[in-house]
Amino acid sequence: MNLDSKIPEGPLSEKWQKHKFNMKLVSPANKRKYHVIVVGSGLAGGSAAATLAELGYNVSCFCYQDSPRRAHSIAAQGGINAAKNYPGDGDSVFRLFYDTIKGGDFRSREANVYRLAEVSASIIDQATAQGVPFAREYGGLLANRSFGGAQVSRTFYARGQTGQQLLLGAYSALSRQIGLGQVKMYPRTEILDVVVVGGKAKGVIVRDMVTGKISRYKADAVVLGTGGYGNVFYLSTNAMGCNVTAAYRAYKRGAGFANPCYTQIHPTCIPVSGTHQSKLTLMSESLRNDGRVWVPQQQGDSRPPHEIPDTERDYYLERKYPSFGNLAPRDIASRSAKEACDAGRGVGPGGLGVYLDFADAIRRLGEQTVRERYGNLFHMYQKITDENPYQVPMRIYPAVHYTMGGLWVDYNLQSTIPGLHVIGEANFSDHGANRLGASALMQGLADGYFVLPYTIGNYLSGEVPDDVDIDAPEFERAEKEVRDRMAQLLSIQGKKSPTAFHRELGQVMWDHCGMARNRAGLEKAIQRIPEIREEFWQNVRVTGAGEGLNQQLELAGRVADFLEYGELMCRDALVREESCGGHFREEYQSEEGEAVRNDQDFAHVAVWEYQGQGKDPARHVEQLEYENVKFATRSYK
Amino acid sequence: MKIQLHVWRQESPTAAGSFETHVLDSVSPDMSFLEMLDSLNEQLIEAKKVPVDFDHDCREGICGSCSLNINGVAHGPQSGTTACQLHMRSFKDGDDIYVEPWRANAFPVLKDLITDRSGFDRIMQSGGFVSVSTAGVPDANAIPVAKQDADEAMDAATCIGCGACVAACKNSSAMLFVSAKVSQLALLPQGAPERGRRVQAMIHQMDQEGFGHCSNTYECEAVCPKEISVRHIARLNREYFKACFFGKED
Ligand SMILES: Cc1cc2nc3c(=O)[nH]c(=O)nc-3n(C[C@H](O)[C@H](O)[C@H](O)COP(=O)(O)OP(=O)(O)OC[C@H]3O[C@@H](n4cnc5c(N)ncnc54)[C@H](O)[C@@H]3O)c2cc1C
Ligand code: FES
Repeated sequence: MNLDSKIPEGPLSEKWQKHKFNMKLVSPANKRKYHVIVVGSGLAGGSAAATLAELGYNVSCFCYQDSPRRAHSIAAQGGINAAKNYPGDGDSVFRLFYDTIKGGDFRSREANVYRLAEVSASIIDQATAQGVPFAREYGGLLANRSFGGAQVSRTFYARGQTGQQLLLGAYSALSRQIGLGQVKMYPRTEILDVVVVGGKAKGVIVRDMVTGKISRYKADAVVLGTGGYGNVFYLSTNAMGCNVTAAYRAYKRGAGFANPCYTQIHPTCIPVSGTHQSKLTLMSESLRNDGRVWVPQQQGDSRPPHEIPDTERDYYLERKYPSFGNLAPRDIASRSAKEACDAGRGVGPGGLGVYLDFADAIRRLGEQTVRERYGNLFHMYQKITDENPYQVPMRIYPAVHYTMGGLWVDYNLQSTIPGLHVIGEANFSDHGANRLGASALMQGLADGYFVLPYTIGNYLSGEVPDDVDIDAPEFERAEKEVRDRMAQLLSIQGKKSPTAFHRELGQVMWDHCGMARNRAGLEKAIQRIPEIREEFWQNVRVTGAGEGLNQQLELAGRVADFLEYGELMCRDALVREESCGGHFREEYQSEEGEAVRNDQDFAHVAVWEYQGQGKDPARHVEQLEYENVKFATRSYK
Repeated sequence: MKIQLHVWRQESPTAAGSFETHVLDSVSPDMSFLEMLDSLNEQLIEAKKVPVDFDHDCREGICGSCSLNINGVAHGPQSGTTACQLHMRSFKDGDDIYVEPWRANAFPVLKDLITDRSGFDRIMQSGGFVSVSTAGVPDANAIPVAKQDADEAMDAATCIGCGACVAACKNSSAMLFVSAKVSQLALLPQGAPERGRRVQAMIHQMDQEGFGHCSNTYECEAVCPKEISVRHIARLNREYFKACFFGKED
């Protein structure tokens, strides 16, 4: 597997500018001869499709929702980072770069991260020009707030709906191009395979989710912006439809999958309330600014919170991390909550929760101030739990939120399959082993607006437009495989629903490849997952038919891919014998229970190559070279 | 809790639909409305029957996918709440609950509770944007906007495009939806150069799609999960008259 990262020569700060100059261009008259398929209409896919169309390429864009405006980017709350230094508090491209590398626990590529920081400011300009209503100060200029992992205020936001507003901005640009006929939009259309002809990505196989029709589309290049795979855990903060299917199919066609085990678990989510639960809801990290996290000191203490005196409470984050206290980073806060619950000190149903208490804040600031700061979040919490957080402490628990792993891409955002580009959460590129808050929106839009539109030209300039035949055997074969798989899923008619299998897989993943992992657990999962998979292919019941709208069939296909992908994650987690960022191996911790990295052996990207059905995948590495920053241990004590 | 659920079943856009009744014995008050439908579906699959299809994705009230008429009210009894954020504790043990898709000619039923809302997308494609391409835009702080205007633009911009406004309106008007976008962009300097053309194009497309007109009953505002105000319809009307009387570009 060729893992040449294609990082340009020269000093860090000049690489991207130089590279832009050195890349080949496609002339305006020739652009319209090229056809690009963009899968996904989230921040990454939507911005890329719009920009490529503006440049003059013919674009086909696909999404599984009924409208491109509903991609899960819509749910992002907190904000987007950019090195604008508007507050004049010492921010710079280099500082954003450094914070992101450090936040990622020294497991990301310097050149990519620097470029991300470099283009971040343009994203804010672009979104503002589109009419995105960012929060403003009374003087009429843009407001900023601070976010985890940074000591400057560089986060731009639109109330608690930043993702929605940025996505609607990209959607408006996309809509304009659809109206102009430059983008052909295919909503309610699911990609079920990527077609590789002569070693290059040349098309996709899709299923029309309304008619059930399976068909082929060809293009000169394919772009995947299909989002993250957090739903492998069944319960996560992702939307119900989020899936790994497109990325996993690409992997099976030869694209390397990088760092699948890197998952982010967000500390402040509403706990699970019963087996009926279908998804988890995030409560913004900002709550930890004023809320105090605690559990009873005593195991199994079942008194209601107000009857537990202060002396019998353990404010464990304040105790363990006196300088950061309740604002310790996400991975650390999540793990500490798990520790407390594992020790039998959790609260609420099943003991899977910790208190986030605002009583002190209300005493100190008054209820009115607390309401002004967090009113909408308190309201949402009350809606879901039926408890009033002004009177009783919130109960929170960590939940799967984001996936740093993804398809491997080089500096040009191209996967190991020439012509297949991957952007947004679907690639592995910029966040190393842990993503900082407000950086995913930045990365998705950087990829789509400001990176891919340049780099894809460099690829296309070497391609003869429209040089594949839609009847080529590769298309035939891929389409047949998709059809056969659908037919097989429908023919089993077993006893268990696709959801039942999904839940079962999710539990295994959460228990053994979740917040803390160890060898024995991972080995158990690697043994257990194939058993579930085998049962799935013998005992799943998919109702309805292949023709027409069939949500059970859609779900079954996604679960089938998760059942393979989960195993790959566990394998990756097993081999990475260190703790870094979101990947915590219990064997590799300090006496105080802190993560211990192993830079000697693991300062690399792990890239998995598919070897065929029933064979173990091969692991390759891309060594990470640090020329501008030095390894350091993260400390938040 | 035990409930009697009367669900609209319709196999395809052209098939005739009807209500189907199911009894659910063990509904937890903590379930969301969609989780209750999930459990119905598990029950149907168990009984080798075909489950009910309905649109949903984020399940946190922001994507605008879910679109259910519950007991005749778009998104159900709780105001400012999408169906996915509605919990079963809003109902009582022994309740009869009727679940239907959006009812509007411009939103044809595709299957069961799923409708085709692509008319909204086409309205947006006709002019719901600022015509700027990527790169070549001014620095963000070169365009100051008064905070009140930015805040009001944001109030309008929170529209999730679910279509409840259309479903609730006796005329199936899309005025609240269209006004949210027109108003947002009319309030901001970025939207000014195209405001006349935008409002005319969007209204034209709205008519083409078969949405009705507004006769000021304000059902739309009452069901809007984002509580978008009908004031934006007033602004839309003003923008439209201005554009019609004073020419396309103002
Ligand atoms: C609750 C929540 C809050 C968040 N808050 C923040 C925040 O404050 N700041 C921040 O920076 N980040 C935040 N994030 C992370 C961030 O929102 C995401 O990482 C980012 O938006 C992903 O964008 P994307 O374009 O890569 O993918 P998505 O927006 O998920 O888009 C994926 C697209 O691919 C399509 N697709 C997927 N699979 C297929 C298929 N098989 N066939 C066809 N189409 C397909 C989908 O239809 C969709 O259009 C948050 C995430 C969550 C879940
Ligand atoms: S499912 Fe997204 S708003 Fe209800």
